[in-house]
Amino acid sequence: MRSYAELPGLMTRMTGDEKHGPSATSTLDVLWVLYDRVLRVSPDTVDDPGRDRFLLSKGHGPAAYYAVLAAKEFIPESWLAGFGSAGSRLGYHPDRSLVPGVEIASGSLGHGLPIGVGVAHGLLARGLSEARVYVLVGDAELDEGSNSEAIVYAGAAGLPNLTVVAVDNQSSTYGWGPGGIEAHFAVGGWSTVRVSGRDHEALASAFRVTAAGAASAGPQLVVATVEKEIEA
Amino acid sequence: MTEMRTVFAETASALLDEDPLAAVVLAEISVDMFGKALARHPERVLNVGIREQLMVSVGGGLALAGMRPIVHTYAPFLVERAYEQVKLDLAHQGVHAVLVSIGASYDGARSGRTHQAPEDVVLMDSVPGFSVVVPGHPAEVEALLRGAMGALDDGSTYMRLSTEVNREARPVSASLQVIRSGRRAVVVAVGPMLSPVLEAVADLDVTVAYATTVRPFDAVGLRSLEAGSGAVVLVEPYLAGTSSHVVASALTSRPHRLLSLGVPRGELRRYGTPCDHAVAHGLDAAGIRRSVTGFLGWTS
Repeated sequence: MRSYAELPGLMTRMTGDEKHGPSATSTLDVLWVLYDRVLRVSPDTVDDPGRDRFLLSKGHGPAAYYAVLAAKEFIPESWLAGFGSAGSRLGYHPDRSLVPGVEIASGSLGHGLPIGVGVAHGLLARGLSEARVYVLVGDAELDEGSNSEAIVYAGAAGLPNLTVVAVDNQSSTYGWGPGGIEAHFAVGGWSTVRVSGRDHEALASAFRVTAAGAASAGPQLVVATVEKEIEA
Repeated sequence: MTEMRTVFAETASALLDEDPLAAVVLAEISVDMFGKALARHPERVLNVGIREQLMVSVGGGLALAGMRPIVHTYAPFLVERAYEQVKLDLAHQGVHAVLVSIGASYDGARSGRTHQAPEDVVLMDSVPGFSVVVPGHPAEVEALLRGAMGALDDGSTYMRLSTEVNREARPVSASLQVIRSGRRAVVVAVGPMLSPVLEAVADLDVTVAYATTVRPFDAVGLRSLEAGSGAVVLVEPYLAGTSSHVVASALTSRPHRLLSLGVPRGELRRYGTPCDHAVAHGLDAAGIRRSVTGFLGWTS
């Protein structure tokens, strides 16, 4: 297992770019905290029906995702160097059919959260109520209307096993108004919290609270604020 | 006669009772027909409101969680509005569902263009891994739906229900069924086109074959029936030419001629009844007869 400090090195193996600090991608810290402290899934349990599901909806710029998957040994580090090449399983948008541990193929925006609603329903229908679904979206991704369908419905359905983490780098052209992203979820009945997307303790705490409070509180939103308009 | 849609709802409700992994996802349409099923299986009968994109995505998510979803609404909203969800959230994810539409082609003649999607099978044909079944009679719906659910481990199915129906039901088969034999051409009638076809060619020396499964198309069956005439007529209740390419592929090694009948591409800006539209499209018995006799006359 690799440490957080080693993630930039893993990303460099994909891009050849030496400049990767942890802040070079908006999602790196959120991904690390999820896989390091929150998700009940490991390379040995990627097919376990009762595992937690992490759905990367914002499939752009997946280098941080692949780095975390390699660090946690879901995929061999040797895969990283071929990133995006014809013989590689790691493309510019992830494909669940090619990468162990990847729950959905993503890239086109606005699909992960609606799919996650279905996964959450399916887990409940199968009696797998311990398993949680975590969906990572970007603030600009929420422009897509399909998310609005899912936000209103999931709130009304009161899905207790669904957490959305919205990485907010203020990249949506028209923004979300004075109440922020969370206002749009809260009005639909979601519980919401905003933390720094770089603060590992705050992120872990927010995820723990959402998981613990879930049964009574319906779906949960964690907004993770990061610097404006850095690389996707 | 009980409508196809009613048989579908009854069969799907029975499947929910029989299979703990079966689920039904709806977007308001037909919700009233699933009242009892919803009461019995609230965790597996999901109405997402008027949200067709979400409906299909939820179907994909259910399948990812190991469920066996049936997804149902009006054809244009299921196939056209939510097309990228069908492409990505089912096919690209590598998971399977049974999609069941109502409102085929011009069933909704009075409703106008917004409620018509004769392009549905062309679109579904372009999605990898989908079978397409087109029942021609309500009594064929149960077997086709059960077959589609039974095949979910292998792939998805698009099932296209219509208020246009044949006079009698036929045994359901994935193969072309020979209804009558002749020498000058093979006429393939898809789903509810069988009755008008049989009336149209009653005195013509042609083979009539009936298809309810159009994808995968029974190429082997077509080759065995064609047997030398070189003339094939496709009569489909959706966009004309939808299956031309599969017939062309089936007969690549033989000289042949093909007449493809179906709903033309132009928009018919007219209300009225399905019968009015069939006549306008040349898909009533008289229209089919005109086309087929013209085609055969040109042969001789």
